[in-house]
Amino acid sequence: MSGVRVLVGTRKGAFVLTADGKRRDWQVSGPFFAGWEIYHVKGSPVDPDRIYASQTSGWFGQLVQRSDDGGKTWFQPGVSPAEAGPPVFPATISNRFVYDSSPATGKPLTTHQWYDGTQHPWEFKRVWHFEPSLTDANTVYAGVEDAALFRSTDGGESWQELSALRGHGTGPQWQPGAGGMGLHTILLDPTNPDRIYIAISAAGAFRTDDAGETWKPINKGLRSQYIPDPTAEVGHCVHHVAMHPVRPDVLFMQKHWDVMRSDDAGDNWREVSGNLPTDFGFAIDVHAHEPETLYVVPIKSDSEHFPIDGKLRVYRSRTGGGEWEPLEKGLPQKDCYVNVLRDAMAVDRLEECGIYFGTTGGQVYASSDSGDTWEPIVRDLPVVLSVEVQTLQ
Amino acid sequence: MSGGAAETRTIRVQIPYHLRSLAQVSGELRLEVSGQVTLRAVLDALEVRYPMLAGTIRDHATGERRPFLRFFACEEDLSLQSPETPLPDAVAAGREPLLIIGAIAGG
Repeated sequence: MSGVRVLVGTRKGAFVLTADGKRRDWQVSGPFFAGWEIYHVKGSPVDPDRIYASQTSGWFGQLVQRSDDGGKTWFQPGVSPAEAGPPVFPATISNRFVYDSSPATGKPLTTHQWYDGTQHPWEFKRVWHFEPSLTDANTVYAGVEDAALFRSTDGGESWQELSALRGHGTGPQWQPGAGGMGLHTILLDPTNPDRIYIAISAAGAFRTDDAGETWKPINKGLRSQYIPDPTAEVGHCVHHVAMHPVRPDVLFMQKHWDVMRSDDAGDNWREVSGNLPTDFGFAIDVHAHEPETLYVVPIKSDSEHFPIDGKLRVYRSRTGGGEWEPLEKGLPQKDCYVNVLRDAMAVDRLEECGIYFGTTGGQVYASSDSGDTWEPIVRDLPVVLSVEVQTLQ
Repeated sequence: MSGGAAETRTIRVQIPYHLRSLAQVSGELRLEVSGQVTLRAVLDALEVRYPMLAGTIRDHATGERRPFLRFFACEEDLSLQSPETPLPDAVAAGREPLLIIGAIAGG
């Protein structure tokens, strides 16, 4: 029997929403880590019961949580459930994210640009995104603020920075967006284990073709009026990038403003905002079975982070961008002033593709018909920071 | 101030709700601390006994107190003291707890 599991990170805890393949009756479990910010929760494609969660707090810093039973129970890697609590055992390092500045493997810790244009030291703040490996359940990547990429090969017990990204040369030109300087997007190429795409606000998109040894900016074609050189190599506020696994050279980007497309692995981008009522937004995703079908949630502007006219609408393009249609059936069309954040949209892989997104108003909406109609799974969660979906067989 | 060389003392520590929840404990903690009872010695003992708290009070990279946390004992603010400073006698003797307190902020 197939089913889906929706992993929801919120401002005040994590929730797991489950349903069978019909996606009509939902069970809600949580809050897990009640009261903590859960930036992201994502399961391993190799072992769906293996799930990683980023637990973070302005007071207590970063924690890493892992479940090996599909989200029923959680523990900090290195501190197994049986060991938790007394007696004595070695201190966990699963939340130790230290920039690698060692001469042997690292890069000097330089500075990046601060909001006022001055240079600012690199400081670890939190994990924005976990991306589990496509081939090994114990390998997982972490995108962090201040922007850097880390990797664990022991199930999250310890982390090593892939420091060539931060140190490749343009780092001093990177700057934080309003939400911080986070590395929020990690895309692993299923056909080429050496190729990884990442994106940073506000630096742009980058690609490695040698498993992280070297990186290059891939921002040609992006145009950002809010930076001194609108076509600069770096400095663009990329909000999110999506890829369909069968065509990993084709990328779709929701930039601060503009929806963009690349057909050559990010080497060149062109705008596909087309007839969108506004091309500002955060979330973007691709239909599970139709690589030319895209979804975005247009947001009024960078000054007004809510839908136009109080009407929450997902827009779908069946042409790989350019031509868009509004999807509103089942979504509030009056007095709705929520936002949909960059990691808060996902799709399932059932025969009729399901689309899911969460809002800053605490709703998680689901469509089991590729976006034609929508229903809320839950209406009153804390602010939704992230939504991921696992398709279970 | 106190702290015998190899003496082991039982130190009382109060930590915020979220850290108690993380460590799966309730109420006040009691930690065995050997040697001089300094802030560093108590935090070291805390992290050994409750490893899930490592990094939550002191930053992993710098070892510095997290900015939104403060240390108090005997109505004194110890937050800005050197971690090598011996804690007050009443703490070392177990008559008073060391308080680790989160800043009142947020929503």
